[in-house]
Amino acid sequence: MIKIWSMKKNEDAAAKKKPKTSAAQIRVQKDLTELELPSTMKTFFPDPADLLNFKLTIEPDEGMYKGGSFTFSFAINSNYPHEPPKVKCIPKIYHPNVDLEGNYLFLEPNADDPLNKEAAEEMRKSREQFLYNVKTSMRGGSIKGVQYDKVAVA
Amino acid sequence: MNGHLAAGDWDDRYHHIDQILNNPGPRTDPSFMAGDEVKDFLRNKCKVLVIGAGGLGCEILANLALSGFKDIHVIDMDTIDISNLNRQFLFRPKDVGKPKALVAAEFIMNRVPGVKVTPYYGKIQDKDDAYYMQFTLVVCGLDSVEARRWINATLVNLVDPDLPESLKPLIDGGTEGFKGQARVILPTVSSCYECSLEMLNKPTAFPICTIANTPRLPEHCIEWASVLEWPRVHTDKKLDTDDPEHIGWLFSVASARAKEFNIEGVTWSLTQGVVKNIIPAIASTNAIIAASCCNEAFKIATSSAAFLNNYFMLIGTEGVYSYTFEHEKRKDCPVCGGESLDLKINKEWTVDRLIELLVEKQDIQIKKPSLSTPTKQIYFQAPPQLEEATRPNLEKKVSELVDEGGEVTVTASSLPFNLSLRISYI
Repeated sequence: MIKIWSMKKNEDAAAKKKPKTSAAQIRVQKDLTELELPSTMKTFFPDPADLLNFKLTIEPDEGMYKGGSFTFSFAINSNYPHEPPKVKCIPKIYHPNVDLEGNYLFLEPNADDPLNKEAAEEMRKSREQFLYNVKTSMRGGSIKGVQYDKVAVA
Repeated sequence: MNGHLAAGDWDDRYHHIDQILNNPGPRTDPSFMAGDEVKDFLRNKCKVLVIGAGGLGCEILANLALSGFKDIHVIDMDTIDISNLNRQFLFRPKDVGKPKALVAAEFIMNRVPGVKVTPYYGKIQDKDDAYYMQFTLVVCGLDSVEARRWINATLVNLVDPDLPESLKPLIDGGTEGFKGQARVILPTVSSCYECSLEMLNKPTAFPICTIANTPRLPEHCIEWASVLEWPRVHTDKKLDTDDPEHIGWLFSVASARAKEFNIEGVTWSLTQGVVKNIIPAIASTNAIIAASCCNEAFKIATSSAAFLNNYFMLIGTEGVYSYTFEHEKRKDCPVCGGESLDLKINKEWTVDRLIELLVEKQDIQIKKPSLSTPTKQIYFQAPPQLEEATRPNLEKKVSELVDEGGEVTVTASSLPFNLSLRISYI
């Protein structure tokens, strides 16, 4: 009765039966295995069997955060890539565009769109003091009563 | 039956529908069996599944029942909320709190004699292939991308080339405010839902800098409360968008921020709408899209006219604009695209040997493939940690990791698509 039942099948239709691997899973496999990271970045999977939760560590080799090691957590859900991974900066860092809960905007400091207003103000006011604060915070010091996590690599 | 009256039917009950079904026209397909045969199929043999009994679902169920489909199944996992009653016309105030599927089925059966509606109150994921195999076609009125991706992949996987009936046309309707779309998906034959995933707008997200610094809209204040303030204040408690107390907290925090920035319009219902990502539903958009879906279902089930090829979109935001086009299949679609191979290998072969074979194969030309089964990784080329973790598998026999007839997904940067292998052993 239905015309499509007698439709001409693709020549390779016989081989078209697909596995139960979910589309999100295939995308994650493809994206992760083809990810080309620069030498300053490294992924770490706490459970290597779980591809959906991992950490990315960045150790900048230039700029004012050089010498630090910054870890971000990535959580991918089953609606990937429709929904982007949830990314957070794990250590509490002194950065105008990263708030104290790890939500971030850019990795290049930019005083115009602050998430950490103190830091942005300092950056605008005195670049030298700001740089000094960055170094202090990276060693685990506190600035204006906020204690930051030690991210400096010994 | 056939031309005769079935139980519950009355004279000329289908007078209008029969105008279409009694005679072929100059442009009807040669396979159209005008008269008793097509009517018998539509009314006695065709079994339709409707997924979703909400805004679209209510319209779809009524339309199908009134066009002569008599064996209808409906799945919905939701219960009726008072805010549904303005447009989900199969429900009444007394039904609030009851499962949508059950109430909708009962209403249709009471209203349209001779129609059997079988409800299922639960998730589409509860059902297996055998369940979906029983239907002639599936009509979807869903509100989630995730559910659509699931049913789409399930119906694509259901297709067995040796079994023509295993091809279940999927008619997918969707609405968002004044916009909507209806599409016909012939699994494995035409562009599937996953093929068009890139077309979707990403879920609305406001830039976090706007939320944190320069709120201009009431939505920005609400996002500030839910994205930044909630986790800061309630370090351990997860936000539950169904908990009125949580919404109440967000509402008061967002209101205070709105006041600070002289922004008007933060209300309780907007707060709930923003955090639950609710887009106002428009009854007339649902009616148009559902009508289009059911029109397609009718044409496909009867062959009485050419069906939609394959994407109809409606934009009612400024005037009424609609456009129909053929969305093309994506070669690298992870659901319906890619290549598939049956591979017979020796039981003693190691994973390493299998990879060697894939690399040597002239017709696929893979470099550095990564392999996995639906449940575990076999061998990943990168990142380094996963390569190291899966490297011991290279020495293992494939037969230790993959069952007879099991599937292996292969990806490689040299492959613009994914390859799936069905492994059997000699």
